[in-house]
Amino acid sequence: MLWQRKHILGLENLSKEEISHILQTAKPMKEVLLRPLKKLPTLRGKSVMHLFYEASTRTRTSFETAGKILGADTASIAVAQSSVSKGESLLDTAKTIAAMKVDLVVIRHAASGAAAFLAEYLQAGIINAGDGQHEHPTQALLDMFTMQEEFGDLTGKKVVIIGDILHSRVARSNAWGLTKMGAEVTLVGPPTLLPPEMKALGVKMSHNLDGELEGADVVMALRLQLERQQSGLFPSLREYSRLYGISSQKLKKTGRKTIVLHPGPMNRGVEISSELADSPMAKIEEQVTNGVAVRMALIYLLAGGTSNVMA
Amino acid sequence: MEGITKSRIMDANGIRRALTRIAHEIIEKNKGTLDVVLIGVRRRGVPLAERLQNLILEFEGVKLPLGILDITLYRDDFSTIGFQPVVHETDVPFDVQGKQVILVDDVLFTGRTARAALDAMMDLGRPQRIQLAVLVDRGHRELPIRADYVGKNVPTSRRESVSVCLREVDDSDEVLLMEKPG
Repeated sequence: MLWQRKHILGLENLSKEEISHILQTAKPMKEVLLRPLKKLPTLRGKSVMHLFYEASTRTRTSFETAGKILGADTASIAVAQSSVSKGESLLDTAKTIAAMKVDLVVIRHAASGAAAFLAEYLQAGIINAGDGQHEHPTQALLDMFTMQEEFGDLTGKKVVIIGDILHSRVARSNAWGLTKMGAEVTLVGPPTLLPPEMKALGVKMSHNLDGELEGADVVMALRLQLERQQSGLFPSLREYSRLYGISSQKLKKTGRKTIVLHPGPMNRGVEISSELADSPMAKIEEQVTNGVAVRMALIYLLAGGTSNVMA
Repeated sequence: MEGITKSRIMDANGIRRALTRIAHEIIEKNKGTLDVVLIGVRRRGVPLAERLQNLILEFEGVKLPLGILDITLYRDDFSTIGFQPVVHETDVPFDVQGKQVILVDDVLFTGRTARAALDAMMDLGRPQRIQLAVLVDRGHRELPIRADYVGKNVPTSRRESVSVCLREVDDSDEVLLMEKPG
């Protein structure tokens, strides 16, 4: 297919063909990533700026690694030490970056829609690295890439996503992406963390984990945002862990060769048992490797060969 | 391939004979098959490399290692071409360190693909020597590059193009000289 997008803001507005093209492009990128000499000349002279308003270890490092392997110049703004702490607005900060003629801006921000906002005002291509509770498209893409490596075609594969669905942009992006790829998605969590309106995405919803595990090809545990307990959304960590935490013992119910994913960072012993996280079922480190490959694919698609691009 | 066909430069037999000769030349020049590996450049270099592999197996009883090289990420025209080239996988499942690498491609023209292939090879390791085998050399080099093994030299004009069809990809074995429209 002919790639025509300038931004990656979410999976909601990508077609199945576009998602497939990204995942297909990530395969040769992974081959490069696994080489002893991982450096390409492809994006020499292109620049990528990382603008992270929220904490991140893997996403930002992953993007920086991806950009550097492709030969682009990368720079990061640590918001705490930047003019943002002097009260500069998002748009002014972004305009300043744009004036430095960067080709791509990777942004993470607590406000849903922040990436789309920048896409409207800047010349540069924008990649959403997480905006509020809205979307985290690159995480969902690397999750789907990891599933494809295991199963090939995702049509009819049963994916169970467990945890704090309400606050999870990872769950939202995965729901959009996976349903487009033909997978059957079930979202599982306590009633307070499972927004009923997400049914509109064409997913199944349940409060009963044990009842949903049978036949699951993929089980994805989300990070329980511990600060949520203070707001009274669930009674205790112990209870949460008993009802919604996953372990090798519980996963026997799937009755098949299931893989376990987690976007990280993990609360071991809360949403996932330590022994499961370290077992061969868990593809959590593979997700991190695949994250670099998928981000390389996106940076290549947005910054390499630009003349067929529309806004 | 766009344009009108002016003539058929090679037919199936012509391609077979040229590859047979190249297979013999590779064995002769490398004094056998020790440390020789074949690397097909996507896309049509790959079936050509496979055919050379089979011929050398037939002549010498040795199956040479075969790899696949995608040179897209090493192109020098990213900022000028009017489309975004699709990246495919490079698959070289052996160490090229110290090897006699035979790069195989269908047409040698400006030399820019060969240049990209050389850079791509170097990123995979340090071969002892790299040689270039092509089915057709049509001239018009823009870089100081030449082939070690040539199926057929075809003088062409810039307005012409050379279209290599291989049955693994195109249902037929032939090389056509085309005139570009306009």
